[in-house]
Amino acid sequence: MPPAGDVSGASWPRRLPPQVKIVAAVATILVIVLTPPRPPWVFLGYALILAAVVQSSGVGWRTVFSRMRVEVPFVAFAVLLPFIATGPEVTLGPLELSEPGLWAAWNILIKATLGIVVSILLAATTEAPDLVVGLQRLHVPDILVQILAAMVRYVSVVTGEWQRMSRARAARGFHGHGPRSWPVLARSLGTLFIRSYERGERVHLAMLSRGYTGRLPAAGTAAATSADWSVALVLPLTVLAVAALSWWVAR
Amino acid sequence: MTAVEVRDLTYAYPDGTVALQGVDLAVADGERVAVLGPNGAGKTTLMLHLNGLIEAQSGWVAVNGRRVGPATVAAVRHEVGLVFQDPDDQLFMPTVRADVAFGPMNAGLPESEVAARVAAALDLVGMTDVADRAPHHLSLGQRRRVAIATVLAMDPAVLVLDEPSSNLDPAARREVADTLLQLGRSTIMVTHDLSYALQLCPRAVILSEGRIVADGPTRELLADAALLAEHRLELPYGFDPALTDRVGFGANRPAPDESADQQRRQ
Repeated sequence: MPPAGDVSGASWPRRLPPQVKIVAAVATILVIVLTPPRPPWVFLGYALILAAVVQSSGVGWRTVFSRMRVEVPFVAFAVLLPFIATGPEVTLGPLELSEPGLWAAWNILIKATLGIVVSILLAATTEAPDLVVGLQRLHVPDILVQILAAMVRYVSVVTGEWQRMSRARAARGFHGHGPRSWPVLARSLGTLFIRSYERGERVHLAMLSRGYTGRLPAAGTAAATSADWSVALVLPLTVLAVAALSWWVAR
Repeated sequence: MTAVEVRDLTYAYPDGTVALQGVDLAVADGERVAVLGPNGAGKTTLMLHLNGLIEAQSGWVAVNGRRVGPATVAAVRHEVGLVFQDPDDQLFMPTVRADVAFGPMNAGLPESEVAARVAAALDLVGMTDVADRAPHHLSLGQRRRVAIATVLAMDPAVLVLDEPSSNLDPAARREVADTLLQLGRSTIMVTHDLSYALQLCPRAVILSEGRIVADGPTRELLADAALLAEHRLELPYGFDPALTDRVGFGANRPAPDESADQQRRQ
């Protein structure tokens, strides 16, 4: 599996310990999500702050924009809201739009967009195995960390298996278009599930044979320094300051 | 001293398939033995018994004179190192280093000792350079050598390998062989790769339909065409075990019990 993001340069967020970045990202997203949709200029403030972080992180705008495509389903849902919501209406050209619907759409769109930018920043500056170490350091329940670690490790093995199966199907003249191909795809998925399940059993046996007792030994990574924390917490604290300012102005 | 002793071991799977029906096997300290047999002969089932992953239904397995059972299984797993056929089954941690450290950490060793074990094991298999890589970024040959290191780091008395040469290209196959030859500890190698068995193991047994049907110097077993044919074993095309003696097959790295093997042959 390729690394989780652009890891070529050793920019400042790349050098921060993963647990610090996870806390900073989650805190920032929390502040963004909990901000009321009005006044809208707060979000402009957030966007400027995030733009500054993207600019200095070395992640590259291209990466950020191309990965923002995951937001498309949310956008589709948000665009529908002004048409289906009820309440006082505003006229925009030929369209009669619901005002609460417009605000709801704005609320979803802006928060999803900013939240996704924060997640992209975290993912593009942290490799997947480091994320697992970070969660372990943050005392996330062991079983969840183990499940996540196994997923990080085996996702490429399972996708590789799926690709080989797809190639073998294609080599025998199979085209995966239209509902007629669904039964074949469903059976392939079933086979993939059984194979992965059996692999899971073999992995477990191999772990047992090396003395596994249900707990993953803690990874011996360096703890974060207070300097790391103060660098990483600048982002959520600045965002929080903008939120506080807007609250103070609106009062 | 006997490192591993198996007596009258039988095992049937829950669906009634009989895998082992009375296996007897003794492996001396420092000896390398190949367990040969066709697919479905019960080789992997036997291997899983050796460190208590499967409990004996009747008969018993003893490691260094200690019977494998519920009370001893934890200790036995640190004495018998199992290397599975597919390295992707064995290597489950995000980095090579973390994976090699998994066994020693389970043994509760202090961190400095774990680090030393990891370094030594990776050095033995020549994989120090990849310590911080992810296992899935390595070639199959490298992954197999790392899988061997994960077990060596536990400093087991006995090494058990399931088809160590499967799917390897000739160079990777030789590199794994070089690694195994220099270890000098009791080794049980389950395989149907007969030339590999000859190269690495002075002694071989043939497991067929859940029974040991032959036991002797590998070269003699491989010279017995009728015996091989009877148990669905075949030498690679054009391979003559007698010729390997003249070209010094594997002779540059003598096994600890090479002299005993030669005496047996004379």
